[in-house]
Amino acid sequence: MDTLVLLTLTGLGLGALYFLIASGLALIFGLMDVLNFAHGAFLTVSAYAAWQVLDSVGGMPGLLLALLVGTSTGLLLAVVVEFALIRRLYGRPRDQILVTVGLSLAIPALVQSAWSADARSFPVPDALDGTVTLAGAQVPVNRLVLIAGAVLVLVGVQLFLTRTRYGLIVRAGVEDRAMVTALGVDVTRAFTLVFALGGALAGLAGVLGGLYFGSVSPHQGTSLLIFAFVVVIIGGLHSMPGVALSALTVGLTQQYANYYLGGYGDLAVVVLLALVVLARPTGSGTSPVDRIRRRLESPRAAPVESVLPTGGTP
Amino acid sequence: MSPRDRTGPRDRTGPRDRTGPRDRTDSGAGMGSAPATVLSVRDLHVEIGGSRILQGVTFDTAPGGVTALLGRNGVGKTTTVRAVLGLLPDGGRITGGAVTLDGADVTAEPTHRTVRRGIGYAPEDRGVFTRLTVAENLALAERPGGAHHYDLVHDLFPELLARRAQLAGTLSGGQQQMVAIARTLLNDNRLVIADEPTKGLAPRVVTEVAEVLERAAARVPLLLVEQNLAVVRRLATHAAVLDAGRVVHGGDAASLLADRELTTGLLGVGSRAPSGRASAPRGDDVLGGAH
Amino acid sequence: MTVTHLPAPDDTAAPPPPDSGRSGPRWRPYAVPVLVLVVLALLPYSALEIPVLFDGRLNSPGSLQLIALCLVFAGLALGYDLMFGRTGLLSFGHSLYIAGGAYGTQLAMTELGLGLLPAALLTLVLGTLAAVVLGAISLRTLALGGIGFAMVTLAFAQAGAIWIERNPGGLTGGEEGLPLHTAGVPEAFVGVANTVNVYWLALAYLTAVAAVVWSATARPVGKVWQALRDNEQRIAVLGRDPFRHKLGAFVLASALALLGGIVHLLVTAGATPHSSTPEFTLTLLVMVVLGGAGTRWGPVVGGVLFTYLDQRLASWGIGSEPMLILGTLFVLAVYVAPGGLTSIRLHRARRSAARADSRKQEHR
Repeated sequence: MDTLVLLTLTGLGLGALYFLIASGLALIFGLMDVLNFAHGAFLTVSAYAAWQVLDSVGGMPGLLLALLVGTSTGLLLAVVVEFALIRRLYGRPRDQILVTVGLSLAIPALVQSAWSADARSFPVPDALDGTVTLAGAQVPVNRLVLIAGAVLVLVGVQLFLTRTRYGLIVRAGVEDRAMVTALGVDVTRAFTLVFALGGALAGLAGVLGGLYFGSVSPHQGTSLLIFAFVVVIIGGLHSMPGVALSALTVGLTQQYANYYLGGYGDLAVVVLLALVVLARPTGSGTSPVDRIRRRLESPRAAPVESVLPTGGTP
Repeated sequence: MSPRDRTGPRDRTGPRDRTGPRDRTDSGAGMGSAPATVLSVRDLHVEIGGSRILQGVTFDTAPGGVTALLGRNGVGKTTTVRAVLGLLPDGGRITGGAVTLDGADVTAEPTHRTVRRGIGYAPEDRGVFTRLTVAENLALAERPGGAHHYDLVHDLFPELLARRAQLAGTLSGGQQQMVAIARTLLNDNRLVIADEPTKGLAPRVVTEVAEVLERAAARVPLLLVEQNLAVVRRLATHAAVLDAGRVVHGGDAASLLADRELTTGLLGVGSRAPSGRASAPRGDDVLGGAH
Repeated sequence: MTVTHLPAPDDTAAPPPPDSGRSGPRWRPYAVPVLVLVVLALLPYSALEIPVLFDGRLNSPGSLQLIALCLVFAGLALGYDLMFGRTGLLSFGHSLYIAGGAYGTQLAMTELGLGLLPAALLTLVLGTLAAVVLGAISLRTLALGGIGFAMVTLAFAQAGAIWIERNPGGLTGGEEGLPLHTAGVPEAFVGVANTVNVYWLALAYLTAVAAVVWSATARPVGKVWQALRDNEQRIAVLGRDPFRHKLGAFVLASALALLGGIVHLLVTAGATPHSSTPEFTLTLLVMVVLGGAGTRWGPVVGGVLFTYLDQRLASWGIGSEPMLILGTLFVLAVYVAPGGLTSIRLHRARRSAARADSRKQEHR
């Protein structure tokens, strides 16, 4: 029983981490068709920034400062990337994705040359280093911190999306961006906004991930990103609760399988993805993966058919 | 525009002699003189994916009333509308010509700027956000800095008021079309563009949509892309006929529609079967189109 | 499966360049590739020293090893482009077949005691069968609509990568990978002294891939692939089965990847778990895009250039991380040369494009 409780809370903690990464990924992809391969790099850089702060300040004040610095690092990095690189390629989503692929290769390499390839241990404040007894299980406090953080983010993002005009624009843009502009709305501002939001959440995930794993390494973000992709594919783009549920499912599957199936948690997630993808009823081109495929194919491919005459070719 | 919020349904003569209130989004261009035309398209050339879809489209919308853009399937009507709005799909671009709105060149302007000059647009597929409620669909169309005519919208579409909290995706096709049209009437516009608003609707609903459009046309000039000839006959005051990426006929709607040869030959009326090779735009080398 | 109705005037059985139709003697299309091949084949006889570019002479084992690796990646990129650039299929799982070729051959030698050739053949046959099955599953989901080929291939590849990293039963060597089982390999391919043979093997691989890809894309089936990429509905309307053509491209590309994995095993004298990761596929994507997707020489140029820089940048003492420079270069290339490096010349002088590219190629 206590094992199950511990596994569940650990899985939920991991799921919380996935949610923080996947929510920004889903918003960016949903609105801009940019599958942001650099998202993991945002996380990594933020984690190192937080590590620097904690290394010099330490303790709870250090952690609070690290949370602030990490989150704003992610935010700034994302905004800079959007402004300097992505925005110039407006209307060329395929190239936008390729740019983020380039960044996903370059940034971890940069981090590696600045802080070496070895993992650094993340100085967790004593207050969060211990365990609490929950239903007979010794549960590390950091799991609970992660879960609480993710819940707060979920509520906040949900309020933003449902209660503000920008949230309305983002939700509408995820469904049909062209139509939003055809109503006279400048969606490029919303682009910057979701990139900033996604970057901030990735930054937050970087700090909390440091707490969870107790270390940071140059490729931490990249390896988490794969699972965040999986979360987005399973959860879809259209609702934050959907992404959250998917993240929890992936996190729990991973933890349970790791314990009960002898360390094959990663494999279990892949199997889960395959099952979901194979079993899902047809969505006629609205699923995330189909959009990726269309975007990366020749730019001429998709749109032509909608304009060409529908009959009468040789 | 509020004085015109009366509900005269058959206000057919209204728009023609109207020198009515200019709307405030029209910032300056050609202010004093009565405008000859709102939208003017000159020698527009468009390529999509290397295929020349438009090859010199030229027409003006009438200053009032309904200008119908006609032609068989695939001659470039929707492409024309999209090019006007800057909404061409990826791989599509304007290769020549100009689009002016109230005298201002909007050919290369971002879509949202052009729209803010005062265009209401109801696209071919209705463009309703299925995951938003009816109220949210309308709220999104609100343009800042102008009046929002919810009274008019609710007067024209009482059903939308009743269903305002419903997700638009759960509406019927006709109701969704009402949402799309309602969005175009919410703001003070210089021009409303409706792309095949009766497509795929039941005959009774087609009549309803036509009635609504008729009332809308009393308030604002309308550019109507339409295949349903009965609707065209009822609404159109002017017409431009597209064929093979060009405007081949333009002018008064009544005389054009009276020309039987023209309606059968260029609009494909009576022969709704897939049009033959002749109607395909030149350069439409579909399979080998990409080298 | 005849495709005579396709409006492709340049449908010929011979493998002319994709942009054939220009006039010229019949041998013209073959001139450049043959010239490149001859130069590369004779390269080991050149004791030329090129300062900066290569440490030591061209025919020193170090230089030959480096060029061999470049050639292997050029072949891998060209094979990947068969799916990506020619057919419009985005697979994140290409690495599965490359790693499958390397690990399969290695394990067939160590576990089954086979010699190199039987082991390679067995791997190729079994791997191609696996590609048929996995490709059919991945593509069938795509054909149903709304489900992603990209992610299913990623899932299969990720499963393979995890399996290799877990080192089940000590089979795969986990993170360390496996050193080449030299006992099963003919002596001619073992050891520093025989680098030249490995080099020729790599050249043979690239030649084979180029022959297959270029001739296939010039044939009617290649026109169908191109049409699938550009507009799938057209093909369905014309009565061709998109599924079978896509599966054909997938299986052919996978078989070339398996072969590439086997050659990679011999060139690097070992199987590395990195070759199974999605990042490996991503680097192939980068190579293809860098050079020019769907073009004749683009993937080759991209593969050679990327691999060369990846290997050499460190030794030039510019930055400690080659990937930093490569990633940055790639980002720049997206802005400066959106159609790939080979497209720059194409714009200016279409006619001499092939020659120009081959010259670039020879300089590597």
